[in-house]
Amino acid sequence: MGEFRFMQGNEAMTEGAIAAGARFYAGYPITPSSEVAETSSIRLPQVSGLYVQMEDEIGSMAALIGASAAGKKSYTATSGPGLSLMAENLGVAVMGEIPCVLIDVQRSGPSTGLATKPAQGDVLQARWGTHGDHSIIVLSPSSVQDCFDLMVQAFNYSEQYRTPVIFLSDEIIGHLREQVIIKSPEELEIIERNEPACDPADYRPYDHSEGLAPLSHFGSPYVFKVNGSMHDEWGRPCARPDNADAIIRHLSEKIEAHAEDIAITRKYNMDDAEIVLICYGGAARSALSAMKKAREKGIKAGVLQIVTLWPVPEKEIAEAMRQAKAVVVPELNLGQYIGEIAKRNPGNIPVRGVNRIDGQPIFPAQILEVIEEEAAK
Amino acid sequence: MIRDYLLEEKLPLFWCAGCGNGIVLQALLRNIDKRGFTRENTVITTGIGCWGKADDYVTTNSFHGTHGRALPFSTGIKLANPDLHVFTLMGDGDGITIGGNHLIHAARRNVDLVAILVNNLNYGMTGGQYSGTTPKHAITKTSPYGHVENGFDVCRVVQAAGAPFVARGTVFDVVQLDKLIGKAIDHKGFSFVEVISPCPTHFGRSNKLGDAPKMMQWIKDNTVSREKAANMTAEELRGKFVTGIFEEREQEDYGTAYQKVIDSLKGGDRA
Ligand SMILES: Cc1ncc(C[n+]2csc(CCOP(=O)(O)OP(=O)(O)O)c2C)c(N)n1
Ligand code: SF4
Ligand SMILES: [Mg+2]
Repeated sequence: MGEFRFMQGNEAMTEGAIAAGARFYAGYPITPSSEVAETSSIRLPQVSGLYVQMEDEIGSMAALIGASAAGKKSYTATSGPGLSLMAENLGVAVMGEIPCVLIDVQRSGPSTGLATKPAQGDVLQARWGTHGDHSIIVLSPSSVQDCFDLMVQAFNYSEQYRTPVIFLSDEIIGHLREQVIIKSPEELEIIERNEPACDPADYRPYDHSEGLAPLSHFGSPYVFKVNGSMHDEWGRPCARPDNADAIIRHLSEKIEAHAEDIAITRKYNMDDAEIVLICYGGAARSALSAMKKAREKGIKAGVLQIVTLWPVPEKEIAEAMRQAKAVVVPELNLGQYIGEIAKRNPGNIPVRGVNRIDGQPIFPAQILEVIEEEAAK
Repeated sequence: MIRDYLLEEKLPLFWCAGCGNGIVLQALLRNIDKRGFTRENTVITTGIGCWGKADDYVTTNSFHGTHGRALPFSTGIKLANPDLHVFTLMGDGDGITIGGNHLIHAARRNVDLVAILVNNLNYGMTGGQYSGTTPKHAITKTSPYGHVENGFDVCRVVQAAGAPFVARGTVFDVVQLDKLIGKAIDHKGFSFVEVISPCPTHFGRSNKLGDAPKMMQWIKDNTVSREKAANMTAEELRGKFVTGIFEEREQEDYGTAYQKVIDSLKGGDRA
């Protein structure tokens, strides 16, 4: 049975990672994520895992990927400035198809910005932060329970799809304290790495001709190469144009083709909703409360919460837009995810952002105001 | 057999005739072979550069990451699986220029691995620009009027940062190089070997040091053993490559120390 605990979002992420089987953390402290590092340094050695504090986020990301290649589920936590430094090696995890989880507890940017204040300014960086064409999975929690449950999901996805997963939290959720059920191992579905079973001589870590290739770990009977350069199915360098074409397409398609399986969304009062709030992360809490206030006023408002930001849950967004008279998108940025929603506008439905970038959370009243305006039209 | 560790399909080597990289790779593989390390329990990580292409030619596990970051990749690999023999191959651009921060911290952190930095005094791969080891006044593609900065004494940096094993050899003296790499492998902890190596194509040509054999001679003429260097003045040592072992001491490595922490917390895993 699970255990009821009262804890902070950042701490619940650590517990979620450990529950998922993570046994390696490499990171560099940064507000508002540092509690993940601190709690990991306490908890990991208790479960025979390792914590190592690297000299910077570049090294952290590298160590994380190395540890995963050597067989340990690995994670790190950072915030915007650190995410920028991790960007290059994030690409190694993408190209080498090495699972790992990168937590970004977003704060206000750009640069050092407002170091202690919440923001959701890294949404597009999470999608496109490393150079070159690729896809990536990005999950966005909105409660302390999410920090635990979704973290397990993040590790599952990373192993299942051989990809880095970005756990895109924000200061609101990272520092939120509320009740959480720490589920017991029996209550959790844990996806382990799909290790090869073939003759070691035949193992080709990048031969995806029959579905995503299994991934071994260094030290097993399966010898293999990880290569951030363009490589063939053995991981050996290969500059043939057809090979490069196939690899880059594969890196996108292995995720995009499963967008529906990866999509996590939540619907609140959507059955008859005319004004639809599409939201995520910390701002989803404000949206939910604005929706309730609107309902009290007799407005048919509903919420579609996007938990899987990337790949975009196309189907759910399209469905919500088909029924909507207007869509409202509250974000703690100048409008980063709203573009994804506007792209899927089936007609001329008004899509309105409610944006806040002053380091303060969006208040429900701000969202309510826009709901009322749209309802009155 | 050293051939067991060489990926025949990838031969011939991409390196220029007269490049020192092949000599270093052979010395490494000879030592791996001598110790009976298997392809399965060995991992060779590289940075990006000419020397950073060494992983292309080996049959062991390998990891080809990013420019300057080979050491942190190795750190994760070794800590995650202490049974592995982990070798980190870096150029001078890789190891002490863009990756200098990782190098000093790896020396201090003391994870049990071997690091081999091939110092050819410039960025071979990108066409011979200056690196953090390019000596003052040297001509490179980006110091066409003579370099105005000083180059690092790499071994001094790594020694000062606390590495328990630090040595320098050259590709001219292969017998010594074999020995130094062997000692580095047998030394527990962060073991560092710098290898002075010619890049005739760029550094050699830019500085009119002659063809590959002449460059070898140039390295030989400018090499001084540590013992001999002890009696030379700073002025006499300018531009010289001092070879030998600079540091060799026992020091608890990260993995061992951290395992003690884990053991002290035992009493049932608290998953
Ligand atoms: C982040 C980044 N910056 C620059 C480069 C371009 N680059 C590739 S190799 C290299 C220099 C290699 O020099 P060195 O490490 O000394 O190796 P060598 O080629 O001399 O063996 C540079 C600058 C890169 N690959 N990545
Ligand atoms: S450019 Fe220089 S370092 Fe690179 S292979 Fe040629 S000789 Fe060697
Ligand atoms: Mg070089």
